[in-house]
Amino acid sequence: MRRVVITGAGTINALGHTVPETFEAFREGRCGIGELSIRDVERLSIRIGGQVLDYDPEVHFNRQQIALYDRFTQFTLMAARQAIAQSGLNFDGTLGYESGVVLGTAAGGTTTWDENYRAVYEEGKNRVHPFVVPKLMNSAAASHVSMEWNLRGPAFTVSTACASSNHAMGQAFQMVRSGMCKAMITGGSEAMLCFGGIKAWEGLRVMSRDACRPFSANRNGMVQGEGAGVFVFEDYDHARARGAEMLAEVIGFAMSSDASDIVMPSQQGAERAITGALRDARLNPEDVGYINAHGTGTAANDKTESAAVAHAFGHHADRLMISSTKSMHGHLIGGTGAVELLACIMALKDGVIAPTIGYEEPDPECALDVVPNVAREAKVEVCLSNAFAFGGLNAVIALRRAA
Amino acid sequence: MTVSVQDRIIAIIAEQAVLDPEQVLPSSSLEDLGIDSLGLVESIFAIEEAFDITVPFNANDPVQSEFDISSVAAIVRAVETLIADQKG
Repeated sequence: MRRVVITGAGTINALGHTVPETFEAFREGRCGIGELSIRDVERLSIRIGGQVLDYDPEVHFNRQQIALYDRFTQFTLMAARQAIAQSGLNFDGTLGYESGVVLGTAAGGTTTWDENYRAVYEEGKNRVHPFVVPKLMNSAAASHVSMEWNLRGPAFTVSTACASSNHAMGQAFQMVRSGMCKAMITGGSEAMLCFGGIKAWEGLRVMSRDACRPFSANRNGMVQGEGAGVFVFEDYDHARARGAEMLAEVIGFAMSSDASDIVMPSQQGAERAITGALRDARLNPEDVGYINAHGTGTAANDKTESAAVAHAFGHHADRLMISSTKSMHGHLIGGTGAVELLACIMALKDGVIAPTIGYEEPDPECALDVVPNVAREAKVEVCLSNAFAFGGLNAVIALRRAA
Repeated sequence: MTVSVQDRIIAIIAEQAVLDPEQVLPSSSLEDLGIDSLGLVESIFAIEEAFDITVPFNANDPVQSEFDISSVAAIVRAVETLIADQKG
């Protein structure tokens, strides 16, 4: 088995348009959630979200590209540009044949669906733009990344609701670890902060109207975010031979299915993914210093996740740190695991643990060190990143500090 | 004869619980009737549609929501209040 390292990272989300901006917000415990400014917001009962602000597609893409790129694809390409530039890799030669792209998204081109349904249903038009289908398909972003950087190996999109990015990164990890690929572009993206995308979530009655307060006794639901996180996963020997900077090592991955309920989470399913990742990475529970929680801020997730962590780690659960950065950037649905992996990289590389902000009251059912409200300096060797999706699809990644 | 609020709510709950309306009593709790959290959210949606009202309900903390769901009779009273408030 090959070792796998991360040699590039990129993002755009409510906290910033780059990784350094996002790290700065994590360190400051800044909240990127605010009043939504979208069309027909007055017809929504949920009016807050972690929106990407000060973003003008025309600054980053030409007219032809914008005609083909849904917002989720634009976010992906912006994050991929940063990640690939940081890695210093060039895929124009044979490396392009030995590399690929696996991305996660839950809903793909939601804005494109929304705008074109409006055109035909609300405005009664009988014609839509010719690129609606290539723009909205869930795999569009993966295809555009592969075209832009000449990635000619495996390329596809994984869709497992809120675990999509973690499942995608798990696939990329396994492809590099097995020797199947030299490098993989991976992560995920979501852009469903449009009228239809929020209206759909409203229906489920799990959204907060004021804030995302994970693990806090007075939490009252999740808040949607948007954006992308993209990484370069590279074969360790390949990265070392070219003297690349290693941001972290990917050391394990596990997935499990609850096989029980389409919305309610299961402690046992989550726990199996956590312990599976530890086993895959050959870790003992006490090796883990920090967990980036799924931590949605719903009543059900946070108590189930806390119980799963407590049971999986035993006594060590009281010594490790666990935080939910969704309190700052919102829940990026299929893109969330990718942006959250950044908090793990920051912990390993910079020794700073991103906080759970909005934490107001301890909940006896979530009695873990959730790094409340203020970032913390701590030397961490190993991190986990949890993702537990609707439908009981769980995926957990383990990272180690680059040696 | 117009159908009462209570009869319409019982019909909605009976459909959700896959029971005959006669089996749904004012004193029944949704739990007694075998309605789970998803069934509850669906019932509230059906009530909002039937009466053209907005029901304040957050699934994260049903007990703290302003809408009393402790029994069928409580739901009927709560809906009558909402109709009076929102359509009066």
